[in-house]
Amino acid sequence: MEKFTTHTGVGVPLRRSNVDTDQIIPAVYLKRVTRTGFEDGLFAAWRNDPTFVLNDEAYAAGSVLVAGPDFGTGSSREHAVWALQNYGFKAVISPRFADIFRGNAGKSGLLAAQVDEKVVQRLWDHLEEHPGATVTLDLEARTVRAGDGPDAIEDSFDIDDYTRWRLLEGLDDIGITLGHEDAIESYEAARPSWKPATL
Amino acid sequence: MGKTLAEKVWDEHVVRAREGEPDLLYIDLHLLHEVTSPQAFDGLRLAGRTVRRPDLTLATEDHNVPTVDWDKPIADPVSRTQVETLRRNAAEFGVRLHPLGDIEQGIVHVVGPQLGLTQPGMTIVCGDSHTSTHGAFGAIAFGIGTSEVEHVLATQTLPQAKPKTMAVTVNGSLPAGVTAKDLVLTLIAHTGTGGGQGYIVEYRGPAIEELSMEGRMTVCNMSIEWGAKAGLIAPDQTTFDYIEGRPEAPKGEDWTAAVEHWKTLVTDDDAEFDEEIVLDASTMTPFVTWGTNPGQGVPLGAAVPDPAGFEDGGDRVAAEKALQYMGLEAGTPMREVKVDTVFVGSCTNGRIEDLRTAAAIIKGRHVDKDTRLLVVPGSVRVRLQAEEEGLDVVFKEAGAEWRGAGCSMCLGMNPDQLAPGERSASTSNRNFEGRQGKGGRTHLVSVPVAAATAIRGTLSSPADLD
Ligand code: SF4
Repeated sequence: MEKFTTHTGVGVPLRRSNVDTDQIIPAVYLKRVTRTGFEDGLFAAWRNDPTFVLNDEAYAAGSVLVAGPDFGTGSSREHAVWALQNYGFKAVISPRFADIFRGNAGKSGLLAAQVDEKVVQRLWDHLEEHPGATVTLDLEARTVRAGDGPDAIEDSFDIDDYTRWRLLEGLDDIGITLGHEDAIESYEAARPSWKPATL
Repeated sequence: MGKTLAEKVWDEHVVRAREGEPDLLYIDLHLLHEVTSPQAFDGLRLAGRTVRRPDLTLATEDHNVPTVDWDKPIADPVSRTQVETLRRNAAEFGVRLHPLGDIEQGIVHVVGPQLGLTQPGMTIVCGDSHTSTHGAFGAIAFGIGTSEVEHVLATQTLPQAKPKTMAVTVNGSLPAGVTAKDLVLTLIAHTGTGGGQGYIVEYRGPAIEELSMEGRMTVCNMSIEWGAKAGLIAPDQTTFDYIEGRPEAPKGEDWTAAVEHWKTLVTDDDAEFDEEIVLDASTMTPFVTWGTNPGQGVPLGAAVPDPAGFEDGGDRVAAEKALQYMGLEAGTPMREVKVDTVFVGSCTNGRIEDLRTAAAIIKGRHVDKDTRLLVVPGSVRVRLQAEEEGLDVVFKEAGAEWRGAGCSMCLGMNPDQLAPGERSASTSNRNFEGRQGKGGRTHLVSVPVAAATAIRGTLSSPADLD
């Protein structure tokens, strides 16, 4: 996994709450057996609407999505994260993420930055007034920045320490766990014999 | 201080704990299906890793499979590729698979309990958010993403931060004709879709204890629809009776040892939950959704709400968008909403008890001439059991379509889909935009409401049939 330290990219204001995973990527797009090529399915239904934000040239190169609360609710499909990444997003900002989505994002290297709802409002206003404006996320300092001068937005975001560390180091979870092989073996040795087995 | 049920099960599975790091949890059962596993197996292969415990892993085909002509090759080439990829991966890594045509094939959350593999006190994961279903047995069960699927395949463990605990206590008894589905839809309308976020929820109280295992599975299944990490119910005699004698249930001395342990899996009297919600079942009525998330619901006797009546600005906008998508006018009585298709099935309501309930209502009646009724058993076993009981005949005589096992119209991924603008009453769990097919409009309902709606052609309860 690539290391994530800071990222600056075009911010995309998605003025919606409860963006569920069926909206991020509808089920019909889940049929690939690779981790790439899901960008076509990203927000597929909404992209039919010419006024949808991603259809606006100014935001086409977007890499920081700014969404309302309860982003990523619904299914466990990690394809939702891949679709965002395949499209070019490096980070999503929201006042609240669904648990599974946040977990999946951390595993794949997409930054899910949780901020106060007011910060999202300000970012939306800023990005709509200045289409194509950038947003900077500093994972080291846990800050989000946009704009400059007196109206500059600068605030902190929340992310748990462990996910932050893994993202900063670009660490693969499986490798970390396999380092605890002894602990796994001794746990297995003590499991009750009546626990079910499939084979 | 004592422990809650969730804390007991959690603590029994901690392989390694360190301050500031997530706990490393051991996983007792890992369920797989064709959609969320291919990239995980691919990752193993690329890293030269193996499946650590194939004996704690089970795969089935459900999301993509057609529910007619299941003995023929799958027509859609992409679906076929996913299914064939699962078959190849299962063979290569030595994982037990129940493919299309196998007697144990079906929706992964129906198959686990039915085989007796789902037992109290276990940790169960699957790359599917409705894994919470298995919590009905007193297990910690939750959905995971594909990277986590790969992690469990490689290590049989998962790093997890310990969630907070919440109790949902449901007092009283459900009135006749009101089901577990109505209970959970009422709860979600009360909490909103994010109300359970960060919690493992224990459902408890007299109304929960009175539920059958099927009803408990329906409640736990929808835990994820109000954002909970997992939902569980303390095992009791109802649980033990359901498990005993199933193919993978413990036998003889093992059974005695297992039950002895399972009986300890209750929340201690002096344990404390981080949060508690108390509901009264006796005031509940058949409940249906009007919007595009499972929290947007009202009693069947109510009307489509007016967005202007929502205090929260976000809720108001969400309601306006939902009504526009759903093609509904505020103030329309729910009972007057005309439905094109009724779907009885899914991991929420596709078990034998659900089919019996539907058949009892439909028997001797006929499906409305402008309405289509699709009855889809959750597994091949459920289908065969239903056919043995003659339920298929009841459905067919009423003009319903009797199908093979699978997820079917729960999600628009296989051939069973709504057409744009088509309206359904569905016993499944999600009414998201396009969930059942692009442009499709979904009302989540209980099995009795689904059956009565199929007969009358508008949202109805069995009481409306007399
Ligand atoms: S029936 Fe629906 S909710 Fe259940 S596993 Fe299948 S697609 Fe998911």
